[in-house]
Amino acid sequence: MRKRLNLRMSGLGGQGVVTSAHVLATAASYDGRHAISNPFFGAEKRMAPAESYVRIAGERIYDRGELVYPDVIMVFHPQVITQGKCYTMPFYSGIKPGGLLIINSDSPLPLLDSDLEFLDSQNVPIFYIAATTLAVEIAGTELASNMGMLGALMGATKLVSMDSMESAIKDRFGKKYVASGGTATLDEAIKKKFAKKEQLLKKNMETIRRVYDIGAEWAETIKSPMLV
Amino acid sequence: MDPKSLVGTFNKKGQKIVEPEYLLFEAPRTQHFMTGSEVVKEAIRRASIDVSIAYPITPQSEAAALVGELYVEGYVGEYFRGENEFAVMSECAGASFGGARVFTTTSGPGTLRAYENFPMWAGSRLPIVINVMVRGVNSPLSIQPDTLEIGMILETGMLIWHAETAQEFLDFLLASFIVAEEPDVHLPVAVCIDGFFVSHTKDMVMMPPADIALTPYDPYRSPVPCMDMEVPPIRMMRDPFVMKSNYISYATHASWQQEVRAACERSRKHTIRLIGGLIEEENADAEILIVSSGTAVAQGREAVRLLAEEGVDVGIVKIKTIRPFPHQEVRQALRNAKHIFVPEFNVAGWMAREIKACIPDNDRVYAGPHVAGGMTMPPEVIVEEIKKVLSGRKEAVHG
Repeated sequence: MRKRLNLRMSGLGGQGVVTSAHVLATAASYDGRHAISNPFFGAEKRMAPAESYVRIAGERIYDRGELVYPDVIMVFHPQVITQGKCYTMPFYSGIKPGGLLIINSDSPLPLLDSDLEFLDSQNVPIFYIAATTLAVEIAGTELASNMGMLGALMGATKLVSMDSMESAIKDRFGKKYVASGGTATLDEAIKKKFAKKEQLLKKNMETIRRVYDIGAEWAETIKSPMLV
Repeated sequence: MDPKSLVGTFNKKGQKIVEPEYLLFEAPRTQHFMTGSEVVKEAIRRASIDVSIAYPITPQSEAAALVGELYVEGYVGEYFRGENEFAVMSECAGASFGGARVFTTTSGPGTLRAYENFPMWAGSRLPIVINVMVRGVNSPLSIQPDTLEIGMILETGMLIWHAETAQEFLDFLLASFIVAEEPDVHLPVAVCIDGFFVSHTKDMVMMPPADIALTPYDPYRSPVPCMDMEVPPIRMMRDPFVMKSNYISYATHASWQQEVRAACERSRKHTIRLIGGLIEEENADAEILIVSSGTAVAQGREAVRLLAEEGVDVGIVKIKTIRPFPHQEVRQALRNAKHIFVPEFNVAGWMAREIKACIPDNDRVYAGPHVAGGMTMPPEVIVEEIKKVLSGRKEAVHG
């Protein structure tokens, strides 16, 4: 197990990048580990770059702010890479050797040969997961893409336990939550998609579980799976 | 009525009124994983607030909205949205003049828009607590943290505390009301945190129970009468004698400003009791020290960890109160240090200037590294800067 695991989530405003980081850090803390999560974004608008960071360790973590040297990078939208909607260029800047890239895309993106060579030299595999397509299929809404991304991460790395994730999801969506205006609007939008709050929780967890299995299967195919 | 006599009774929300020492040190605490904005809500829930006035500006908007939630729940006496930050701080003054315990929040450009009110609050001896969630103030626009605005409010007469973590933020907020309202202090307190790095960051917090609350404010312990138009300081505002250019008016103003600064100094004993000292030291006997406040200290701690792995021994001195500045404590803590690094989240390096101004042989101080405009300071940057300076690859810049 790495002493400290740094995770960078790059996506677009409205995709739930910030929510994913907070939920993941909450789950890690339920697992009894030290965790800290924080977002990074400009003046809020949908489809603009948004990032969030999670740090997990067995000891007290002080480090905060933009995460420059991640072990894991999760890309929530192909445009992060294809249109450079990212705070760092290239999108994998700072990735640690032996790290992991998880990209939400139905098919592999046209990365440059030099990018692929560099990632290979650093022993960083790329896990493509169709998180949005799966979210629409399982939960009936693309708003659950972030749940798919969490499921992919958990399946590929076993970073947090499913029980802790379920508790963290309940914390976030099961009670009243006050955030910025944009987040509150999205919360309302997703609630309207489901008849009852229980159904929202259930569909979120279903998405996570289904994609978890895909992630776990993918991890089997990797020669040197990342030790987290 | 003496609020102390309320200890042991219950307020309208059924919270038991307790001594501040009980709330801060004795009450059993439970673990919560929450953002700095949520910390504001939980501190204010327990702080017997009469009035809170809000105006939205990132990154403090969530905190201000959460205080509004508390008002809806009945924990805060009065709450409304002002017209802008200048109006908010003026309205806070009105409520405080009227004898209310007042809390508000602001950030960056909002702090500067409201600026005129801060020396007015201090000069009027209003014990308002303002949470400043620092943010860049320059153009081009930034919503990210930059501590330049703390440097800009240093001489307003307010007490200025700078919390490093969510936990410290909670404890500072609760203690700030008590220190602010001591009769020999009776000044506003700016409880500062770094926007996003604390406000939007989820961190572990040990929280006293929600069914207890601080003793309410007693306006009759004010060293100046409430809204009495015949007695200073209010009389100064209406009475022509101080508005004239004569010796008496100068003397009046000068002596009052000195008294405000003396009151700020007198806060030390209360602050030391309630937040455990004006500075915090860790391995301060080391020859190399990192000295700063807020997130710069948090990043410094990680740099200490990285350097320790390479066998380099570095200590930390955290400055918790920037006003009053802990001159004696800093002099004492830094007496044996050979190299003093002052990382800051601003381009000006005001903290390094404060430190240089109070220690002998201040060429020991290296002002940096600096980041600004919301940039992150990775611990690796601090490590690199320390190595460069110590190996002579980088000239220490003084001034």
